[in-house]
Amino acid sequence: MLIPIIIMVVKVLVIFAGLMTCVAYMTYAERKVVAHIQVRKGPLFVGYHGLLQPIADAVKLLFKEDFTLAGCNKIIYNLAPLVTFIPALLAIAVIPVGDQITVAGETTNLMISDLNVGILFIFAVSSLGIYGLVLGGWSANSKYSLLGALRSSAQMISYEVSLGLSVIGVLLLAGTLSLNEIVKAQSGGILDWFIFRQPIGFLLFVTAAIAETNRIPFDLPEAEAELVGGYHTEYAGMKFAMFFMGEYASMITVSALAATLFLGGWSGPILPPVVWFLLKMSFFLFSYIWIRGTLPRFRYDQLMRFGWLVLFPLALLNTMVTALIAIL
Amino acid sequence: MVTAAFIIFGLAAIVSAIMVISFRNPMASAIALIVTLCSIAGLFAIMGATFVAALQVIVYAGAIMVLFLFVIMLLNLKRDEFGPEKRKIQRTLGIILGLLLVLEVGIFIQAGLGDFGPSPAGDKGSFTSITELSSLLFTKYLFAFEVTSLLLLVAIVGAVILAKKKL
Repeated sequence: MLIPIIIMVVKVLVIFAGLMTCVAYMTYAERKVVAHIQVRKGPLFVGYHGLLQPIADAVKLLFKEDFTLAGCNKIIYNLAPLVTFIPALLAIAVIPVGDQITVAGETTNLMISDLNVGILFIFAVSSLGIYGLVLGGWSANSKYSLLGALRSSAQMISYEVSLGLSVIGVLLLAGTLSLNEIVKAQSGGILDWFIFRQPIGFLLFVTAAIAETNRIPFDLPEAEAELVGGYHTEYAGMKFAMFFMGEYASMITVSALAATLFLGGWSGPILPPVVWFLLKMSFFLFSYIWIRGTLPRFRYDQLMRFGWLVLFPLALLNTMVTALIAIL
Repeated sequence: MVTAAFIIFGLAAIVSAIMVISFRNPMASAIALIVTLCSIAGLFAIMGATFVAALQVIVYAGAIMVLFLFVIMLLNLKRDEFGPEKRKIQRTLGIILGLLLVLEVGIFIQAGLGDFGPSPAGDKGSFTSITELSSLLFTKYLFAFEVTSLLLLVAIVGAVILAKKKL
């Protein structure tokens, strides 16, 4: 009785610690990669080649003054960063990071919970993350924040539809909603990966995912040039950091999800499954930074038009064709 | 375990539902409504209907309530703009109808229709049960399903016409 509980606690702690480490070093990787894309050097002085920079950043943010705005709604203002941060952490719970292992006579999956509606759980939880942005932007009582919040809610609702539809093709082919089963359905070798059977679905998913996580070129909610900073303009210190940790955590979740759905998750030869999973996830995370360093930002009307008139019909078409093929 | 979770989610649903109608600040009401919807999703999950629970959160809490907040933010409703309630008829009618509803619910629970608990058909979250659900939607409940979609289409067309009168 005791051993399963201990295994559960260890799994939760390891995955949570791993995710937080990834979040911290994602900020470092982003600064470093973008710096090298722009022929700069990036963080260099704190630790070897700036490797301790994330810790220095965290310490700095923790010791900043925690001020309260005049005229803001205090409860909602303080709640909003948490509402962004926690759903981003929850979603990782259903993603399988490795094969079954046996510890002390107990066989366990390397995931916190093998929900049979795993993928719906991720969509449900990530759809709640939007409240953090909306409430944060509204409660600060500032027009820039409010504009950023309005944009983000419009954008996320629009792109969530395409994101959900782009996954349906994979679900139809795999015949399951459990992420563990989806990984098993593509374990027969590289040609079984859904990226080859769902190429359009893959592109749609990646595009919608970038918009859903508010990253360049779809980072209109926090467009510095026109909105000062967007929904988090009026935040500082650790609350500001929480918005960013939430954003990076959801980037990591989406990358893990893309690796699981389209690149066969943890399956792969020779190397241990966890390493394969991390490699595939890192590929998407690197692409995120690469895209950020390469593409300019969309205009807001272009963004909405692209979402509804290009992405959405394509996703519908992809679903229809896949369903036809699945029946035949 | 299940009973404890049921009590927690049930209490959360009831308390937040009361908060929805008692707050004067529309933003606070909307947030309380989100909590209500999430607690109801929790109740669905306890009863083994994980698919319905996920849909509840995705559709109601994740999409519809965002639009509610959107509207409240755009209209910038403030606490004091409603003024004191004056309509006496509404209040008496509300009390009478509310009592009727309580009575009705009581009768149904008495009649054994309120036999709540996990459904005997097993786990509703598996893909086979989703297949069952969709085949039911397209056979037994086809008429209701299509009528609903027609209703939604009418609503969309109506909204577009209202918004763009010059079209």
